Parts: sequence; structure tokens; C-alpha cells
Amino acid sequence: MSPQSPPAMSEVSQALCILLILLVPLALAGLALINNGLSRLRSAAHSMMATLCVVGVAAVAYFVTGFAWQGYPGLASYTLSIFGKEWSWLGAGHFFFRGVPLDGSPASLAALLQLLSVGLAGLIPLGAAAERWRLRACCLSTALLAGITYPLFAHWVWGGGWLARLGENYGLGLGFLDAGGSSTIQAVGGLTALSLVWLLGPRRGKYNLEGMPAALPGHNTVYVLFGCLLALVGWMGLNSAGSVLFAGAPPGRTVLVAVNTLLSAAGAVLAAAAITRYRFGKPDASLSANGWVCGLVASSAGCAWIPPAAALLIGLVAGALVTYTVAWMEVHLALDDPAGAISVHALGGIWGILAVGLFPRAAAVAVTPHAANTAVMPSPQILAQVVGVATLVGFVLPFTYSLNWLLNRFFPQRIPPEEERQGADLYELGAGAYPEFQTHTDEFSQW
Amino acid sequence: MKITGLLMMPAGWFIVLAALVLLRSVRAQILFIAAGIGVEILGLVLFTRAHGLAKRGNE
Repeated sequence: MSPQSPPAMSEVSQALCILLILLVPLALAGLALINNGLSRLRSAAHSMMATLCVVGVAAVAYFVTGFAWQGYPGLASYTLSIFGKEWSWLGAGHFFFRGVPLDGSPASLAALLQLLSVGLAGLIPLGAAAERWRLRACCLSTALLAGITYPLFAHWVWGGGWLARLGENYGLGLGFLDAGGSSTIQAVGGLTALSLVWLLGPRRGKYNLEGMPAALPGHNTVYVLFGCLLALVGWMGLNSAGSVLFAGAPPGRTVLVAVNTLLSAAGAVLAAAAITRYRFGKPDASLSANGWVCGLVASSAGCAWIPPAAALLIGLVAGALVTYTVAWMEVHLALDDPAGAISVHALGGIWGILAVGLFPRAAAVAVTPHAANTAVMPSPQILAQVVGVATLVGFVLPFTYSLNWLLNRFFPQRIPPEEERQGADLYELGAGAYPEFQTHTDEFSQW
Repeated sequence: MKITGLLMMPAGWFIVLAALVLLRSVRAQILFIAAGIGVEILGLVLFTRAHGLAKRGNE
């Protein structure tokens, strides 16, 4: 075990950080509304109930084991010595937050932020597995994500782990950089969503016998679009608090973070709206909303360092990326993802991570905040970012798939076919979200 | 095919890690990291195809 020196933080930073962290629940609310609006009416209440369960289970699991294993720079961790280099691979804290003084210290603020952001990560699979994921399985799967997968990877990035120290140990730029969680929150959640979509299979009636997908539109576009606005506020808090706590940004830098977050989302939604207008004749509200969130996701990694013009460019690419990949995954890979969570969070997160390495000024600012234009890159930052992406694909994806596969062996995660036809609301909760309305017609009769 | 794909992903990751630990030249590191990622992508493609085939089999 090797403790490292804790980062210093002024009282102004602490106060600002607390305020910013208190905005993060709005990101959860936004994502919950988006997931809910994109699912069908027959599962609307189930979707919101599952949201509460996921956020609750994630917070408890993170409280029990998560923070102990994630750790924070300055707290103890397990390390391996490989050819004389220290590889910190797991936090060595105590369970149940023991030993973490909840007094406004950087570690305690990180713990508070993580209690919320781990819930955000848990909501991502919920959108992808909507309408066919049992409530019990969804709670158990979230416990595995929040208690094991998330803290393990977050330690490597935010807890002073080996990815964060790639620069120090191997001269790869400044080590893996991710201020707001494009990798730790978004990509980890997105890859878990991919695992679950593989394991659960598509919704009944989504594909016909020839394998062609049918459109199963969500039940409330207004929820989806309003959710996007809520998510923006939450993301500003998340990115800003992450920048202060994990990237050592001074309080004044939160202005840059907020500008970058907004510009990235703006670029993404405009790109998505323009592309869908060009492809389909009219802008597609659902894909534009996906573009907006993808812009937010992609902004997170580099928000503390990149110039605003780069953030706008990152958003434009994210918006274009999501419009094409959502349809491509649905048609060519037979991935039934009602909320587009895999494209938005996994691919958007990976794009955000790589973008940090594509803008050399990002790393330069990290070295010398006031002399960004004159700072010289020590070695390719992109290489450190690529190693992070390789870790996500080569470790996190097989790991989270295996955990969920094991869970599925003991507790089948999918709702039975007949009950799925009735809707998850009736099967799991015994009542629909809107009992006074006809909730659905039977579109399964032809298949 | 599914298990092969699943195992190829961490195999590619180990190549990336080995490049970091064992190689000193940046150019060699870049080559090996690219190779590792290539193996990961191959595993991902295999795994995805295996899922697609299994789904068609069920239908």
C-alpha cells in the first residue's frame, strides 16, 4: 500500500465545489426523463421506479465498497511494482466511508460527488435495457456496477491509479486525462449498457423474421427534450466539480468549463438536427436529443483544458457520430437500444477521451495554465488517452459482460415474453403509469 | 466464437500493457499499442458477430 500526497484545496474551492455537486442530481433527473420519454407507455412507471431503485442501490453499493476501492490521491492504495514502476491498481480504504472525514476535505467532496455520479452511470444501462429488464435484476446489476466495476476503473483514473500516472511512469503526456467523467462515468456506463443489450436481446416485436427493425417510438418527446435541458445544468455541475476535484482546476476555471460544456452540447444538437433534416427531410427530435446528450458526454473529458472553439468542434463531431451510429447499430448489429445509450455514452465518451489528446493545447494548459501557448508537449498525450480507451474495451467491457452474464445465470434478467407484451408496468408494478388511458395496442400479432 | 472474441479483448489489452512496460522507444510503443488495439477490435467484431448468429439461430 502506498499513500500519495493529497491535493491542496482552498476554502473558496471547497465552497464552490459543494454548490456544484448539488447541481449534479439535475443530470440524474434529466437522464431519467430522457429514458422515460424514449420508452413506451406500457413501461413508463417501471422506468421511473427503476430509476429510483438504481440511484438508491448505486449510492448504497458505493457507500459500502465503492469509495474504499476507488480511493483518492493521498489515500492508501494497493500497488504492484513492475520493473521498478509503481502501478496503483486498487484503493485500500475502509468500507462504509470509515476513515473519510466528511468535513469538506477534497476526499470527502470526491466521495459526495461520486455517490451521485455512480447513480448517473447506473442510469445509462437502464435506458438501453428499457422495457425488458426486471426490477430485481436491474438492482443487482447496478450493485455490481457501483460496487465493483465503477470504483475499479475510477481508481485508475481519479484515485491516483496507474492510468493517471502514465505520464509520470512512462512519459506518456500528462497521464490519462479525464476531468468530468467521459470515461469513468459515461463510457463505463455505456459499455455496461452494451453488455446488457447483448444479454437481454431485443424487445419483442422489434425485429421481424427477416431481421429488419421496426420503429417503436417513445411515448413522450416533451419529457425527452426537457430532460436534455435539465441534464445541461447537471452536467455543468458535474464537469465543474470534477475539474476542481480531479484536475486541480482553480475556481475561476469553472467559467471555461461551463462555456465548453454548453458549446459542446450546442454544436452536437445543431449537427444532429441538421443531419437528420438532410437525411429525413425534417429534424428528428429523438436523435437531436441524443446528439445533445452526446455533446455533453464528449465535453466532460477535456472541459477543463480545451479552448471553447475545440469544445464546439468536439460537439459537432459528437452530434454527427450519434446520428449515424444509432441507426447503424440498430440495423446492422441488431442492438435494440431504445435510448441510444450505447452510441451516446460509450461512443460519445470514447470520442471525448480521444479529443483531449487531439488538441495539444489541452495538455499544455494542464502543465502551465497561464502560459498555454508557449508550453511544449512532453510526449504524445494522445497515446495516454488511447491506452485509456484500450483499457475500456479490453478490460471494462469483458469484465462487466462477465459479471452480468454470471448474474443472468442465477437471476434471469429478462422479463418473460407474455409479461413483456402486457408491459413492465403491469408485470412488475401491478398498475400502469396512466391508468385512465388506453396504454397500448397489440403490435405483436403479426409476428 | 463468442468465447474467443471475449478472450481476445483482454489479450489485446495485455499487448498494450506489455508495450508500456517493456518498450522504451515511442515508435515501438505506438506500433505495439496499435497492434493491441487491433486485437481488441477483432475480438469485439467476433463477439458481436457471435451474438448476431446466436440471435438468428434462436429465430
